[in-house]
Amino acid sequence: MQARFSVDSGDFTKAGSASSAIKRMLKQLGVKPAVVKRVVVALFEAEVNVIAHSYGGFIQCDISPEKVNLLVQDTGPGIPDLDLAMTEGWSTATDAVREMGYGAGMGLPNMKKNADSLQISTAAGKHTEIRMSFSLKEGEDGVS
Amino acid sequence: MAFHRTLKVRENLCKSCTHCMKRCPTGAIRIDRGHAQVEEAKCIDCGQCMQACPHHAIAVEQNLFEELFYFEKRVAIIPAVFFAQFDDQYSESQICQALYDIGFTHVYPAELGIDITRLYCVKGADCKPIISNFCPSVVRLIQTRYPSLVPHIGLKTTPSHVTALFARLELEDKGVGIFYVTPCPGKIAEFHRLAEAGSAFNGVLNMDTVYNQVSTSLAKNKRKFAKEDGAMSFPVMTGSAATWALSNGELAGRKGRSLAIDEIHHVMEFLEFLEENEDESNIDFLELKACAEGCVGGILTARNRFLASERLRYWATSLPSELPEPLVQRIMKQKDAMMDKMTTPIHEVSAIALDDDIGVALYKMEKVRKITDALPGIDCGLCGSPTCSALAEDIAQGQASIRQCTVLRLKDPKEVNTLARIWGEKVTGEKGEGK
Ligand SMILES: Nc1ncnc2c1ncn2[C@@H]1O[C@H](COP(=O)(O)OP(=O)(O)OP(=O)(O)O)[C@@H](O)[C@H]1O
Ligand SMILES: [Mg+2]
Repeated sequence: MQARFSVDSGDFTKAGSASSAIKRMLKQLGVKPAVVKRVVVALFEAEVNVIAHSYGGFIQCDISPEKVNLLVQDTGPGIPDLDLAMTEGWSTATDAVREMGYGAGMGLPNMKKNADSLQISTAAGKHTEIRMSFSLKEGEDGVS
Repeated sequence: MAFHRTLKVRENLCKSCTHCMKRCPTGAIRIDRGHAQVEEAKCIDCGQCMQACPHHAIAVEQNLFEELFYFEKRVAIIPAVFFAQFDDQYSESQICQALYDIGFTHVYPAELGIDITRLYCVKGADCKPIISNFCPSVVRLIQTRYPSLVPHIGLKTTPSHVTALFARLELEDKGVGIFYVTPCPGKIAEFHRLAEAGSAFNGVLNMDTVYNQVSTSLAKNKRKFAKEDGAMSFPVMTGSAATWALSNGELAGRKGRSLAIDEIHHVMEFLEFLEENEDESNIDFLELKACAEGCVGGILTARNRFLASERLRYWATSLPSELPEPLVQRIMKQKDAMMDKMTTPIHEVSAIALDDDIGVALYKMEKVRKITDALPGIDCGLCGSPTCSALAEDIAQGQASIRQCTVLRLKDPKEVNTLARIWGEKVTGEKGEGK
């Protein structure tokens, strides 16, 4: 099962619409509420980052009986220092973004906390590509 | 857990007009075999269908009023909303006398349970935001559609049930018949669910039925019933308890940040949001009520809900802010016997998964998507499902056939035949219909 959503840069009014749609799918598939919640939290952060920090991109969701795989890809400008960006509280968010209630520098750390695995490939001047996966197997809850 | 359906379709009156199906907030209704059918697992007893039906084809089951007389002590647990059904020509005291006149021997206001719960200092849930469990349709809605929010639902036993437990103890249980007078079908369903764990009620009477009986008595005895007979002839409740069932009623005097939302579609909109932003909300307490304006908007009420709300608020201003001492003593006397019944756990009962097996659910979801693409997307409802995507789901579940789509049938009957062969016919014992 695959679903794809495009995410526009700067359109905060739509923040959460992709994670919301994926939430509804997971619920229909009977995925446990605790897992649905982790997917929604992690994906929402990624979605907002594309809106706030990138030129726009898309979210692709692949669901199998074993796992949920999420791919979030944008068209740049990339993250120059990923280790720094992964630090809790580190943010380059503009004042305008902060006024919307984002920019606490907790998005990437939150993704790491909630996803069973997280891979990021990025560099200054390149696009950013985030892959997250969540296990659906009983007893393999990953993060508790 | 077995679920008791309270809304019944009177098949002889139903014209298959689709009004109820389109109004149902949870998509629980289908038109099939000539009349509306309610799917138990999805129904939350909100009564929107009953309100929408132009043919009075949807009814709420209730106990027969005559059942009252099986009992020697006939106890009415009356929500304050009941008194607000009458205009100012009748005082609360007269209404109460009429309740005795029609056959009750004891009257307890349902909201006394709120004061009892306060006096016992009952500890409830502490998973913020706490969602009130007062409205049974909201509880059912969360259980079936927002299972991840179940831990937020308050655990304190609902007021009317607390009052019933108290009355039963006070009256020593012998020959006691306790009846709740309900403004909505949700409460009836709640009592049937409680019955499995031992309900304090013997039956439920619909508010409109009791309203008619009381109105008749009042009309006959207008002069006989004194406007004020000094004290109320039943235990009072506090003013803040009396308005509990109104929208915002549960917020009065509450510490912290709280929010009240009424009307089922508004409630669903907010729950959808809360499900995704659970940790972000700064709300401590949420009052969610399925009916507009709260219980005065219940479908079994008789009077304009705004006027009823006003009367109830007005009445509350004359009620005490604390219970009188003798009543407090009566309540404290039963504390030991009551304490272990003052909370009621709530479980999730998800009703939206396409299948128990995720592999099968994925297969069905893929199928739903393909079928939805083929359907016209105008949600006309002529097929008997509320929307095109609901029909797609019904087809994927083997509960409907693409042949039911009138639009496709008119456009290209051949194509419909082909699609029906691919996606399958409705699985029934009977011959397929709609050919
Ligand atoms: N898709 C992206 N493209 C470019 N830069 C990004 C992207 N995602 C994150 N960043 C950079 O990494 C920083 C940290 O991201 P993170 O999501 O942790 O915090 P934030 O978005 O600034 O604030 P918060 O997520 O708490 O609202 C951002 O400030 C931004 O500089
Ligand atoms: Mg962020």
